[in-house]
Amino acid sequence: MIRVQNLVKKFGDFAAVNDISFEVQQGEIFAFLGPNGAGKTTTIKMLTTLMKPTSGTLEIDGLDPQRKQHEARRRFGIVFQDPSLEWEMTAYENMEIHGVLYHVPRKVRVERTEELLKLFELWEKRNEPVKKFSGGMKRRLEIARGFLHTPKILFLDEPTLGLDPQSRNQLWTHVKRLNATEGTTVFLTTHYMDEADRVAQRIAVIDHGRIVAQGSPAELKEQTNTDSLEHAFLALTGSSIRDEAASSTDQMRQFVKMWRR
Amino acid sequence: MGAVYILWLREVKRYLRSRAQVVASLGQPLLYLIALGYGLGAVFQRAGNGSYLQFVAPGVIGMMVLFTSIFSGIGLLWDRQFGFLKETLVAPVPRMTIVLGKTLGGVTVALIQGTLMIVLCLVAGFRPAGITSVPRAFCYMALIALCFAGLGTAIGSRLQDMQGFQLIMNFLVMPIFFFSGALFPLDHLPTALKVATNANPLSYGIDGLRGSLIGLSHFGLLIDLAVLSGVAIVLLAIGSYSFSKIEL
Repeated sequence: MIRVQNLVKKFGDFAAVNDISFEVQQGEIFAFLGPNGAGKTTTIKMLTTLMKPTSGTLEIDGLDPQRKQHEARRRFGIVFQDPSLEWEMTAYENMEIHGVLYHVPRKVRVERTEELLKLFELWEKRNEPVKKFSGGMKRRLEIARGFLHTPKILFLDEPTLGLDPQSRNQLWTHVKRLNATEGTTVFLTTHYMDEADRVAQRIAVIDHGRIVAQGSPAELKEQTNTDSLEHAFLALTGSSIRDEAASSTDQMRQFVKMWRR
Repeated sequence: MGAVYILWLREVKRYLRSRAQVVASLGQPLLYLIALGYGLGAVFQRAGNGSYLQFVAPGVIGMMVLFTSIFSGIGLLWDRQFGFLKETLVAPVPRMTIVLGKTLGGVTVALIQGTLMIVLCLVAGFRPAGITSVPRAFCYMALIALCFAGLGTAIGSRLQDMQGFQLIMNFLVMPIFFFSGALFPLDHLPTALKVATNANPLSYGIDGLRGSLIGLSHFGLLIDLAVLSGVAIVLLAIGSYSFSKIEL
């Protein structure tokens, strides 16, 4: 479903993604793990047509996301690290706009919106503006929205960041259920190793732009001789902390938080 | 077509639902209208130029349209990273469609804001020359909005951080307003100021508004129309191009 070969992305001299290759099978839940700045988000951006690779090849359901942008976009849904909902609008209106942008026929849109909002326990709140939603509700709405156009692949970039254990748990339950019923391939990143261990069938660990290990959670543990994925992860990527300088994005993130109360 | 409509609708709904912001944004132009309109009235009258309130009203109407439209574009700075815009950028919709819906939405909102400002001016004592004044003024308001929505989009697509935003605000938006003839007549200006005002598209917009509303025009209404239309096409083209090049 996803095929990446010798993918490289350079910003000037710095290689954010340095010659990585991996494959994700149809219907699989695949976790892409790595410390901050390892190249996870950059890889997702390239897979989702938002960034051009410096070199290497990408395939999304057999399509090159750069050359067949629209066809590729129709095939995936994405939940970004930063929120991308319209705050002044209701949950229902957010779903509606998404449906129109993805050319979902009206009848299907209405049916699926109801179905998904019910599944994600947002149907009762469908007519409330998103700005009144809690962090967990917003995340659920974004994921429900990502499923609306029946994508073949769903990308989730740190979807559980900042959520309490209850919300995290519930969120993965829903994602797993849709993965099972609709056969949607799920490509996720997270910093919570317990989640990856529980949810993902296969994992790739990326560090400094390179893939350092690949396999099922059990295989990774076996490979590193550890008893938890967290320890396996630390064994693979070292325990030094990656202090990045705050980028302009981080500064704006602060500003936007303030501005939105 | 559905995409253009839904994106237009988003801008308009968002505006209609943020009442507090609507009131806040009317504050500044209203302050100019009242403080300057009444405060400088006597001096202006003594200099033989008639009523300053009449003179400055088209200026603050233009100011309202300028600010609303340029910010609809500059808002891209955070909308593309932390807002809904990001969702549209990965949708299977051409960038041109998105920029069209968004710009039309921004222009619509700017026109509503301009209309509110006209009403406030009327309340403050402003009297347009005739019945056809207001529809003609709308035409200039729309052109101002198109120009600066285009410019705003071009800037908002390229800006990377908040510092850039402050720079643009202080060294572009405010000068555009102050060097436009919104607050003072364009006759008998020092050469440097004359060059600045002549090169400023908003000068033609304010002049067109003033010509339509009180029959007082510096450049002539047809010149205003021609210059504004030309600039609008160029700025919208640059804006759309910049937008199509956004990488997240």
